[in-house]
Amino acid sequence: MADAHAHALEHPTSTGIDSRKLAIWTFIGSECMFFTSLISTYLVYKGKSLVGPLPHEASQCMLHGKMQECEQIFSIPLVTFGTAVLLFSSFFVVMALNGAQTGNRKKLLFWLSATVIGGLFFIGMQVYEFTHFVHEGLGYTTNLFGSSFYTLTGFHGSHVTLGVIWLSTVLILAFRGKLPPEKSLNLELAALYWHFVDVVWIVIFPVVYLMR
Amino acid sequence: MATSVLDHAHGTAHEKTGLWSWITTVDHKRIGILYGATAFLFFLMGGLEALLIRWQLAKPEHGFVSPEMYNQLFTMHGTTMIFLGVMPLSAMFFNFMIPLQIGARDVAFPRLNAFSYWVFLLGGLFLNVSFLLNAAPNAGWFGYANLTSKQFSPGLNVDFWVIGLQILGIASLAAAVNFFTTVVNMRAPGMTLMRMPMFTWMSFFTQILLLLAFPVITVALVFLMADRNFGSHFFSPGGGGDPILWQHLFWLFGHPEVYILILPAFGIVSEILPVFSRKPLFGYAAMVFSGAFIAFLGFGVWSHHMFSTGMGPVADAVFSVTTMLIAVPTGVKIFNWLGTIWGGSIQFKTPMLFAIGFVALFIIGGLSGVMHASPPADLQQTDTYFVVAHFHYVLFGGSIFGLLGGAYYWWPKMSGFMLDDKIGKLHFWLTFIGMNLTFFPMHFVGLHGMPRRVYTYPAGLGFETMNMIETVGAFLLGLSFLTFLYNIWTSARTRAERVAPADPWHGATLEWAIPSPPQEWNFNEIPQVHARDELWYRRRQAGGTLPEPERVSGAGIHLPNPSYWPLVTAIGVLVFFLGFMFHMVPVNILGGLLVLFGAMKWAFEPAG
Repeated sequence: MADAHAHALEHPTSTGIDSRKLAIWTFIGSECMFFTSLISTYLVYKGKSLVGPLPHEASQCMLHGKMQECEQIFSIPLVTFGTAVLLFSSFFVVMALNGAQTGNRKKLLFWLSATVIGGLFFIGMQVYEFTHFVHEGLGYTTNLFGSSFYTLTGFHGSHVTLGVIWLSTVLILAFRGKLPPEKSLNLELAALYWHFVDVVWIVIFPVVYLMR
Repeated sequence: MATSVLDHAHGTAHEKTGLWSWITTVDHKRIGILYGATAFLFFLMGGLEALLIRWQLAKPEHGFVSPEMYNQLFTMHGTTMIFLGVMPLSAMFFNFMIPLQIGARDVAFPRLNAFSYWVFLLGGLFLNVSFLLNAAPNAGWFGYANLTSKQFSPGLNVDFWVIGLQILGIASLAAAVNFFTTVVNMRAPGMTLMRMPMFTWMSFFTQILLLLAFPVITVALVFLMADRNFGSHFFSPGGGGDPILWQHLFWLFGHPEVYILILPAFGIVSEILPVFSRKPLFGYAAMVFSGAFIAFLGFGVWSHHMFSTGMGPVADAVFSVTTMLIAVPTGVKIFNWLGTIWGGSIQFKTPMLFAIGFVALFIIGGLSGVMHASPPADLQQTDTYFVVAHFHYVLFGGSIFGLLGGAYYWWPKMSGFMLDDKIGKLHFWLTFIGMNLTFFPMHFVGLHGMPRRVYTYPAGLGFETMNMIETVGAFLLGLSFLTFLYNIWTSARTRAERVAPADPWHGATLEWAIPSPPQEWNFNEIPQVHARDELWYRRRQAGGTLPEPERVSGAGIHLPNPSYWPLVTAIGVLVFFLGFMFHMVPVNILGGLLVLFGAMKWAFEPAG
């Protein structure tokens, strides 16, 4: 009865698209401007730092209380690996959604867990990277590179964290058997957001890490 | 069975009145009224600030307020009027009218709508609490770097501004997602895009501007907060940063914001003029596309606020041309409004007077706008009262006149009784005369070189008479709003004699097809739309008159459940930002957890 009641609520929409889905798309459109502003600032301030450490080249920087020569700070292999895991998690969530839509509980649980683990791995990678950078002498206020880099990637990281929380909530629902095929939209919404977070990283990775 | 019992329970639960029913309401009409009442109080605050400013400037070397207090007054006047006055007054009409105009029972996300309101309320209160600590924002509504740096603004003033705007931005973004989805997805059968009422169209463009412009200022404010709280150098040249970046980010938000303030008024006027001229809107499609063009170009003109920063001839030329280009779609609109009333059987009711006043005053403001689109002219005019005159003609003569017209036009629909037309006309004339007395002389004192944002001026520069006239005009405006309040009070007192019919003005749009005020579910049946001016179409089909719609019992009509989780989540947002105010990370975490908790409860409670 409760389900029939819930069904009666789903009015047909003018476009045929579920309103919640449209809202997520709308929100994503707005988020694009958010990340565009952050990325633009990073680019505007590229090469404007007064002291090191710098992303791609050796520089003079303050470390252990004295000025000294610093290595370039980026570790491309580490981030490439994190990037790959994040991108694969987008594939995982597609598989999970397929499981949800076809009522394949095992598939749903396996791939959705994999997605969450992928997200957690990426966050772990970022925490490790940030800690490492701080040890190398790059604090938030050390130079313009540090401020704009941490702000940009930090906001992306917080988006990944929110995505992991959201996906975990859906995972708990799925474990309890509360994600039948007719409610798979609940996963699809989280997945849309997850894909967006990935797409943003696809822009950040080359612009920040690869471009010299 | 269970369904009908539930519905019956809802039917009675929703009839409840009292404070709790308002706190938990998710009804777009009630939320609209909350927006309107709250925004009007903030608007009166902003007006009071303006009067104090004008009293100080009434005569040279006046010591009525201190320079420091003056800074707080002009900063809060601008911030209040924009973020707590005009924007939420427009939101009142978005809330109340968009669902009615498109034939929907509510917005797409009723609880998100309540959340937007609560966040707006808390953000507005937060900003104004600063007055009690004598620490109101004092760096101008535009908050230019590096005046806002810790070095030059060590107090809490700028923190109140930064955090207040972040909170208000969340309210605007949530509302914009909601109304965008509502307009795209909740239209009644037959309500095609090109049949949508013009107010809905212009509001729709406003939502797009909100969605794309607010993230930019969010980022700018994050940078500023980082500079102030953590000591980064985004805007301080000492660390390699560039104060001009603030101006770019701010105006990339700030100029679309101008259209966020004016487009709803364009929409309201486009509703009023046809109804009181008894003619369909002239050039409907041109009106839609010129609105779209204005919204689009709004993102390409921001640097005309920055000619004096020395951007070089190429940037100056580009932004000068795009700025002048915006006059074209705006001119299209003005001629279409004139074409609408041309040859119509015009009825000079109060809403119509405000709409006509809007067109006249907006033309003046538009013309001075084109003047400072030219960089050489702008260099003479920037930072003078000429600019103050310009934007008050478009924001007061434009936005406020549009909103007041809308208030008189839709009052009967929202309240169920008519406002007094005679007092309304007195209100109009006081506003019209007061507005021109206040702001027209500013053109002259501005061109004579009187600078903005300075707390006084010396005698003997030829500013005295004009400033006195401006102050008299400002107090006339104060009187005009007292007249408005008196009108509301006396009309409410005699409401039994002035009951509003469903359609007092012979309107063309769907909100007039239902009783005044509408019942909670708006439409007994979701309407079928046949034409652009649906009600005029129906009236023609019915041979001239439509029967008065009856109030019915709502049994069997499903309504969303009331909820207090939007308020809890909104409080979480406030707590989260208070953590930044006092540099207390545990408070941030507490607020974040409260938001998460509220959002979870909200997501898992039955929506209704």
